[in-house]
Amino acid sequence: MTVLEAREVVSGYGEVEILHGVSIRVEEEEIVTIIGPNGAGKSTLLKTVFGLLPCKRGKVFFGGEDVTGQSPQVMARKGVCYVPQSDNVFPSLTVQENLEMGAFIRRDDYRPKIEEVLALFPDVLERRHTRAGKLSGGQRQMLALARALMLDPRILLLDEPSASLAPNMVDLVFTKILDINRSGVAIVMVEQNARESLNLSHRGYVLAMGQNRLEGSGESLLNNEEMGKAYLGG
Amino acid sequence: MVRPIAGAAQLVERARHFFSSLPDTVIATAVWLLFAALVIWAVTSEAQLVVVGIIVGSILALGAIGLTLIYGIMKFANFAHGDTMMLGAYVAFFFLTGQVARDATEDAELPWSIGSLPGALEPIGKLTFGYGLIIGTVVAAMVIALLLVALNRLVYRPLRQRGSGIVVFAVASLGLAMATRALMLIIWGPDPRVYVSGIHMADKYDLGFTTITLKADQIFMFAVAVVLTALVYLLLFRTKLGKAMRAVTDNPDLARVSGIDTERVFTWTWVIGGALVAVAGVLLALQAQLNPNLGFVLLLPLFAATILGGIGSPQGALAGAMIVGISQEVSVGIDLSIGGADILPLAPAYKFSVAVVIMIFMLLLRPQGLFGAKA
Repeated sequence: MTVLEAREVVSGYGEVEILHGVSIRVEEEEIVTIIGPNGAGKSTLLKTVFGLLPCKRGKVFFGGEDVTGQSPQVMARKGVCYVPQSDNVFPSLTVQENLEMGAFIRRDDYRPKIEEVLALFPDVLERRHTRAGKLSGGQRQMLALARALMLDPRILLLDEPSASLAPNMVDLVFTKILDINRSGVAIVMVEQNARESLNLSHRGYVLAMGQNRLEGSGESLLNNEEMGKAYLGG
Repeated sequence: MVRPIAGAAQLVERARHFFSSLPDTVIATAVWLLFAALVIWAVTSEAQLVVVGIIVGSILALGAIGLTLIYGIMKFANFAHGDTMMLGAYVAFFFLTGQVARDATEDAELPWSIGSLPGALEPIGKLTFGYGLIIGTVVAAMVIALLLVALNRLVYRPLRQRGSGIVVFAVASLGLAMATRALMLIIWGPDPRVYVSGIHMADKYDLGFTTITLKADQIFMFAVAVVLTALVYLLLFRTKLGKAMRAVTDNPDLARVSGIDTERVFTWTWVIGGALVAVAGVLLALQAQLNPNLGFVLLLPLFAATILGGIGSPQGALAGAMIVGISQEVSVGIDLSIGGADILPLAPAYKFSVAVVIMIFMLLLRPQGLFGAKA
């Protein structure tokens, strides 16, 4: 079953149109990676799907329901959570408080969920009363993922989860993403580390100039000749 | 030819460079040590002024905490905060006495006011006022909170929806400040007023090395300020709303992405900031007097306290307000001459200039404040 679908989406910042009709779909329990050169519109696509940017034309569906133009709050309530590329934690709040803010719209007792989420990230668990601003880059990224899990999402939108991380942290973050996916959460991520992220993805999309360029399974994209030349550095 | 201005500018630039290169902890510790030394010196030589400074500082803190919350959460300097403080004092006065100015010389009095309740003006213990003023203060806090929520709806929210920059917000608040002051002048006239007239006796307290005189009212002011500050602390660190306020201060976009209704947080910020500043206004009017022009003057120590503590930091605002309050009061009592020119004491009317001097030095040397993180 399709969890999320963007159909012929046109969007951008103000007057500037960046996406000229992009379509993607994410099936249940899938990991989908979106790659493409700078300015291709990858992040714009995630922001438009999540309602952070207005969708000028086209449609967004979540679980078959038309959610085009819904606010981020509504999307989060429905089960779509988004992790921005940078500034994705509250630096002056403790780890614990960051997670409480992740659960802000939950009406039930979310304390067990905090324990459950922290158990996934032992590094961060140890520092639960530390201010997030004092965490390392990798720990911050873990906390950002943990925060997004507080609402039991059906799908996570990740904007460059491995950006500006040390190589060993990149592997760790990807391992965690795989763990999260195995627990039944669909994932769509935008990545610069094309090779590594396609390796663990079920499918991938290549965007260029605000349009769909290629599409296929992770493996087929890795072996694609055009891909190799243009985006994987030979 | 020597150019003293250029020389001074170079000196300031060098000092600025030196201070900004120091680690946060070093400079904060140095400032605290310097401040502690000054306090010890001032306490031993001018204990009376220091105590009054602590009381004034605790009142200023109530205003500065609101100012810093508004700045941190909504990202603009609210120039109306000083006048709102004075308006709070007048609203309490109005409910207590029912008095408004009929014309330049005479007051009109409403048929009913809180003061007409039986025993409402009867002094409580050694205080000069009765329970009427306490009720009046609570009512004023509610009225000011509601007023600010309404102004948020009418003025600031439309500006936000239009995507206005911080300058537009600051100028809008300046406009509201002028309107507020004009309103006070129209309704209550330009002459200073007091809640309770007459001469109030002060008690002597023996501190061992010196004696100080304090009015029961002043102890009351300090106690109220301390309790309210503690409540703000509990709100910010123990409640969901307070944590959401801190989250919005940190990162409004991420707060929105997390499903936090930022407009609701803004509304509550006005409620809290308004209630605090209204109470601060009443306490200050109790310490000094009601004067429609005082609000704008108060803006200086409020901003100085906020900047000193680091904009957006409530703990900083508290510390900053104490430093500003004490320095301001002590400046009128200490003799200091440099090269034969008398620098201190200041004439009491100029004591607010101390706040300006502190603010200028802080902006030059450490614009992020004592507690603020480096940008």
